[in-house]
Amino acid sequence: MNGAEGRVMRVAGPVVVATGISGARLYDLVRVGALGLVGEIIKLDGDEAVIQVYESTAGLEVGSVVHHTGAPLLVELGPGLLGKVFDGTGRPLQALAASGRGRYGEPFLGRGAEVPTLDRARRWEFHPSIEVGAVVGAGDVLGWVEETPALRHLVLVPPGAGGRVDGIGTGELTVTDPVALIDGVPIAMLQQWPVRTPRPVRRRLDPDEPLVTGQRVVDTLFPVAKGGSATIPGGFGTGKTVHEQSLAKWADADVVVYIGCGERGNELTEVLGEFPRLADPRTGASLADRTILIANTSNMPVAAREASIYTGMTIAEYFRDQGCAVALLADSTSRWGEALREVSGRLEEMPGEEGYPAYLPSRLAEFYERAGSVRCLGGSDRRGSVTVVGAVSPPGADFSEPVTQYSLRLAGTFWALDTDLARRRHFPAIHWTRSYTLYKLGPWFDEHVADDWEDHRRWALELLQEEERLQSIVQLLGADVLAPAEQLVFFVGRMIREDLLQQSAYDEVDAFCPLSKQYWMLHVIRRTHDEALRALQEGADPETIRSLPAIAGVARMRSWPPEDAESGARELESRIVAELEQAL
Amino acid sequence: MSERALHTVEYRTVGAVSGPLLFLEGVSGAHFDETVDVVAPDGEIRRGQVLEVDRNRAVIEVFAGTRGLDVASTSVRLGGGSAALGVGPGMLGRMFDGSGEPVDGGPPPFPEALRDVSGLPLNPAARDHPSEFIETGVSAIDGLNTLVRGQKLPIFSGFGLPGAELAARIAADARVTAAETERFVVVFAALGITHREAAFFRRSMEDSGSLQRTVMFLNLADDPTIERLLTPRLALTAAEYLAFERGMHVLVILTDMTNYCEALREVSTAREEIPGRRGYPGYMYTDLATIYERAGRIRDRNGSITQLIILSMPDDDITHPIPDLTGYITEGQIVLSRELHLKGIDPPIDVLPSLSRLMSSGIGAGRTRGDHRRVADQLYALYATGRDLRRLVSIIGESALSEDDRRFLSFAEEFERRFVHQPGQARPIAATLDLAWELFGPFSDGELKRIDPDTIARYRGAAAV
Repeated sequence: MNGAEGRVMRVAGPVVVATGISGARLYDLVRVGALGLVGEIIKLDGDEAVIQVYESTAGLEVGSVVHHTGAPLLVELGPGLLGKVFDGTGRPLQALAASGRGRYGEPFLGRGAEVPTLDRARRWEFHPSIEVGAVVGAGDVLGWVEETPALRHLVLVPPGAGGRVDGIGTGELTVTDPVALIDGVPIAMLQQWPVRTPRPVRRRLDPDEPLVTGQRVVDTLFPVAKGGSATIPGGFGTGKTVHEQSLAKWADADVVVYIGCGERGNELTEVLGEFPRLADPRTGASLADRTILIANTSNMPVAAREASIYTGMTIAEYFRDQGCAVALLADSTSRWGEALREVSGRLEEMPGEEGYPAYLPSRLAEFYERAGSVRCLGGSDRRGSVTVVGAVSPPGADFSEPVTQYSLRLAGTFWALDTDLARRRHFPAIHWTRSYTLYKLGPWFDEHVADDWEDHRRWALELLQEEERLQSIVQLLGADVLAPAEQLVFFVGRMIREDLLQQSAYDEVDAFCPLSKQYWMLHVIRRTHDEALRALQEGADPETIRSLPAIAGVARMRSWPPEDAESGARELESRIVAELEQAL
Repeated sequence: MSERALHTVEYRTVGAVSGPLLFLEGVSGAHFDETVDVVAPDGEIRRGQVLEVDRNRAVIEVFAGTRGLDVASTSVRLGGGSAALGVGPGMLGRMFDGSGEPVDGGPPPFPEALRDVSGLPLNPAARDHPSEFIETGVSAIDGLNTLVRGQKLPIFSGFGLPGAELAARIAADARVTAAETERFVVVFAALGITHREAAFFRRSMEDSGSLQRTVMFLNLADDPTIERLLTPRLALTAAEYLAFERGMHVLVILTDMTNYCEALREVSTAREEIPGRRGYPGYMYTDLATIYERAGRIRDRNGSITQLIILSMPDDDITHPIPDLTGYITEGQIVLSRELHLKGIDPPIDVLPSLSRLMSSGIGAGRTRGDHRRVADQLYALYATGRDLRRLVSIIGESALSEDDRRFLSFAEEFERRFVHQPGQARPIAATLDLAWELFGPFSDGELKRIDPDTIARYRGAAAV
């Protein structure tokens, strides 16, 4: 079926219709025109194939040649992905920038460029971990290479392979050198996988452990599970990107796949420049050593944007299969949805809601459901996970639009970004009464941090809810009508909002807050509330309580060094208690 | 504008003319996206572009409009290649129309090279992160929404609001170091603005003595609508040449993008495409991105492109698709407020919805001043509280406020009248920050929650001197 050439019949933006491609199958890759532009068959109708082209189609004409590759869109997997940036179809952008193509030398992306995802020349020190004669199946470990100081990259028997090991390599090998001979078949480190097909696992597990992010509003109030999914919708300027970047920096994942899907070029440049200089709080290694960027910025071809989330997901699954906890951050799924819409529009398909194709929800579901905590293929009991965090950019910050609504149906955690909070520079602008998490992670926190963690969390959520209720009364009648205990709710609610939930992504100390410090900060606030309530009941003056000097210390908790959090909290609490005593 | 190749094939097979589009039948060899010459019955030649090829039919958008074209005798010459602009150092100080022809009476400048006007996407791995502070002299921008070189920042204006004045002021006052003044140029693209507005810009460039360092592309309100789709691309092609091949720092002013978007909608409607929100095409985000993303810096190159985009929010609605999609692409926004304008605040910048995403990388010790980030956060926090109280007062009256509340309320007032309001005189960044400390006067150290004690100790009081 290879090599059968078709002819272009129609060109409309990124969509090309061709006839005469014999043996064409849905999602097969084709090369279009003299430049060999890469495209993917997305619809077949008789002899006609509809192709979405991953590069600009300018200059194509009726009659241009279409070459059938016979294979679907594949991504190359193996050592050499970490610390790199790829476009939506897996082309290495740093290598392209160095390759001298493009308009003013190298900085612009030309068309038809072909550079493989993985560096063919690079040699890796391969350490075999099995011996000749062993019988292996898919997912079994053949050996490992130290890809970066942060990650030992396991080389596995690829899905579908298996048998007796006839030979095993060792030493400095390239990704295409065979590392093993299994039933006579050479296996190399480089593997390929069709991006639209989920990689197989032994079985799925219940997500019962949080992805710790060091972000207080996330970990304390609305945590996401490892292997779970979260959606973060917000209008422009509400901090989606800063939040995604904070997660990419601080989440306790072994590997982070960051997909810049239809977003700003400068933001990706920032990540590229900043991450190598930052240290992973867990390993001390450079953050770049655990990060893979997929960059298909808004001005890059729209069809490749559609492919980018699948490329990123496949890479995430590949590391999951090695037993890694992977965080996949997609910014933004709306731009991906719009890419679907644009292509669908060019196909003149009957539109569903707001012009999006009727298959938008099923495509979104396919994506989110590739998240999961799993028992990996293979003999050893490796457990891996892919946690998905999808940003959504709702038009006009209106959450009733389709991408937000469908994402809400699928994701287990909802971080609602609020325009009003962002305008008053309350960051992260995650709203405390509109957000939620469906993961039951309380037992984990109770066991691993403090046994009353969940109890504190509930208390904080209830108090914030009560504050919001009282707020609506105050808006109408003024603060005078509130009883002293209710005024205390206001006072403490403000502490929770301003001194706990607000967190500066740009402050060296505050950017990452370990769980123990989060616990102690909330502990101080709750203790202050309880003691102040008691003092009020015993007749203390509300105004005096509000102006106690020790209370000002609550606002400074965020700058405590994490290791001093407990002692600092105990000391601050006793000062507050003592001053309250005096106030009586 | 110049052509790459001679037009070779000519067709007299126009099947239909509809809106800005012309449908050509029986064609072979039409290339997608190529430019064509449309010869009107009276012999006039108009430039067009192929929007779609479908078997033996081609859909052509005619930049200068289709008035007077007919089916019988209009002919089309194919083979123009992709739309290109001749670029060269001789463009500086010149004025062109919306399709790149000189309109200042001079001859076309000698082109050093031809450049495809659509440009190519910049490889994110080749970009350099913008971090050089641009001092505009406007406190509300420098202090709270700092602009950096290589940023794209729109001004969300409204009809009757001084968006153009603010842009002109920034173009005239934006301070660069003396050594770099030579390398600072402005590329100005007028998109459907009036003669009056265009004259205002020209005069303002003249007054600041920078006309010789300006390239102007003018598509005015009475010029062909569809030509507007081309004009910003010409301007950015010129800008990319000046920035990345000549090492200049280029400030590109695009005004008014609302007119551009309306032209885009007109073409989309004529093609009977499925409309998105408010009738704008579903691909408007992508289309706008191909314009706005042509800003930035490139590693190991000297020049930069900074974009200042003016758009009018229809009915002052920030959720309208034009400002909305723009805000999702640009690195922040400066929002003008009718309320402040009516209050006489000049420039009427509402800082709460305004934002500069690249601010953090452009400020701080060594760039502006060590206290900048925290002072800005504190100004925001106090002003937001004051604005909330203002709303409350309109419901329950000022008498219900506590003494504390009143201080916040009067801070909001002072902030608008002294910090934001700044007619004429440019303010250096140090003066802007000192003024902020002055405004913090009525608040105790403890109330300045956003500022750490060290910063307070170092800068409070020092400013009062």
